Amino acid sequence: MADMKVYFDHNATTPLHPEVKKEMIASMEMFGNPSSMHAFGREARANVEHARQQVADFIGAKEQEIVFVGSGSEANNTVLSLFVCASSQCSPCSKRNTIITTKIEHPCVLETAECLVHRGATVKYLDVDRYGKIDLDQLASLLNDNVGLVSVMMANNEIGTIQDIATITRMVHENGAYMHTDAVQAVGKLPVDVRTLGVDFLTMSAHKIYGPKGVGALFVKQGIPYCPLIRGGHQEHGRRAGTENTLGILGLAKAVEMRAIEMPAEEERLLHLKQVLQQGIESSIDHISINGHPTDSLTGTLNVSFEGVEGESILLYLDLEGIAVSTGSACASGSLDPSHVLLATGVDAEFAHGSIRFSMGRDTTLQEVEYLLDVLPRTIQKIRNMSTAYIKGGLHAASR
Amino acid sequence: MLQAGEWAYSETLKEHFMNPKNILQGENTDDFDGVGMEGNLQCGDQMMVVIKVDKEKDIITDCQWKTYGCASAIASTSVLSEMVKGRTIEAAFNISPKEVAQELGGLPDNKIHCSVLGDKALRAAINNYYTRTGQEDKVKQEQVKIVCQCMNITDHDIEDAVLEGARTYLELQERTKCGTVCGQCKEESEALLEKYKHIHFGA
Ligand SMILES: Cc1ncc(COP(=O)(O)O)c(C=O)c1O
Ligand code: FES
Repeated sequence: MADMKVYFDHNATTPLHPEVKKEMIASMEMFGNPSSMHAFGREARANVEHARQQVADFIGAKEQEIVFVGSGSEANNTVLSLFVCASSQCSPCSKRNTIITTKIEHPCVLETAECLVHRGATVKYLDVDRYGKIDLDQLASLLNDNVGLVSVMMANNEIGTIQDIATITRMVHENGAYMHTDAVQAVGKLPVDVRTLGVDFLTMSAHKIYGPKGVGALFVKQGIPYCPLIRGGHQEHGRRAGTENTLGILGLAKAVEMRAIEMPAEEERLLHLKQVLQQGIESSIDHISINGHPTDSLTGTLNVSFEGVEGESILLYLDLEGIAVSTGSACASGSLDPSHVLLATGVDAEFAHGSIRFSMGRDTTLQEVEYLLDVLPRTIQKIRNMSTAYIKGGLHAASR
Repeated sequence: MLQAGEWAYSETLKEHFMNPKNILQGENTDDFDGVGMEGNLQCGDQMMVVIKVDKEKDIITDCQWKTYGCASAIASTSVLSEMVKGRTIEAAFNISPKEVAQELGGLPDNKIHCSVLGDKALRAAINNYYTRTGQEDKVKQEQVKIVCQCMNITDHDIEDAVLEGARTYLELQERTKCGTVCGQCKEESEALLEKYKHIHFGA
């Protein structure tokens, strides 16, 4: 059937960078436990610490501010969980047990926050505007002496909208609270410097930037109270128990090293591809709308709602043609609810059901975008042909 | 276990999704004897079924459809349209979502709800046919009652489960998956469980 295999799902995960792969293969034999004092252990330790330096440099942090973790999800769970510990000894703000976050965070933040409510925390969710930007006035009105942590994602995985983290952090700090940003979709795609941002905690994950899966890093500003989520070992200076994922950590370090080299030139190229894609869709398919911010958005991410069609069927028809995309709606994952992100931006439920995220990366070519633009219009047409949304003289006449 | 490259769906479902049968072309339904529509766009599923009837023999001669929904929804309306052709109205009316799912080679649990609307729309079309042909007396209300909306479990399914051996709510859940999602149907399904136990086994 389809010979062409094209990948427009880089926000879900990315292929390993060839250099990362090379690095990891070369390190396969390095099996020592970094905690061991003998030569095998020392070799592994040296490599892990070198990797830590690289990751720290990449985001403008100090080496000792980087904690290697098992995923972006773990890093986010760790930070949120810090703020409900009842013990005043290890909890950063045992008296400030309100957490402010947003309605468009990744589920690993939202579900942790929900769970913390059962453990005594108060959680407030910031609204976003139609482009996915949080409302700074609302933030100001919610900040008070009870707020211990504010967690706002830097770039949204579904619609790509980028928040002004530096400004948000200033407001949060003036109020005496701590600031966390989930930068899983931002690091390696746009310049991220923890000092410029001013944040106290920052989450990153390797597999979104051509590194391996199952490894991430948490930036914890020096001097900030901290307490591990995973206990039972002195690894990571007692901040995360468990023998280090040495190969993964080296892969992450190589990935950021390659990002530092490739990212600057990639930005413009991806922006161009996104424009080609967006204009191509706009000129060939009617009844669509573009989700996300027109300018403050990830260059590789384009989220589009197609009226009258349901997202999963678009995804699967494109899959049959060798094109990989992702739905905004979570129907495919077993829930009938349309994307919480799109609903938060005020997109109508029906439009949200028909949304598709195209996410491009370093390996995406113009030729692939053109192939997509060739297949997409007839796919949408095919689905609309069999859709009830267009029955009887115009859109929705039948359902209204 | 899912093999690499394999779909989460059966081959039959995939075939009906790739090449759906009997799609209603255009918008005109004037040529049909009954039109039924169920669901709505906001919920992400809507189906319309139209039928032609041989009025002498009470047999459905043609069945076409339109569907707004996921792959399972599209495939189940497609397979349904094949199943009803040639059946008597009576037989078509009694097609259950379970039969549709079986015909499709099974559906993942979280997709069962996607197949319900098709046969509902079919029954609506049949009732519409009765109304149009002055046979209002034949218009049937839903014979089966859906007890568990989440898993699309009807009173008939609960009765079947009891007949097949379910005696406790847990056993009923194991057999039917009834009440395993939101749980709001628990009271009603427990009551039905007791009722059918009483009817069939005097318990
Ligand atoms: C914004 C965001 N945060 C967190 C995560 C979770 O990262 P990981 O897959 O490393 O757990 C993801 C990835 O899906 C993400 O997009
Ligand atoms: S209605 Fe039965 S589980 Fe929700």
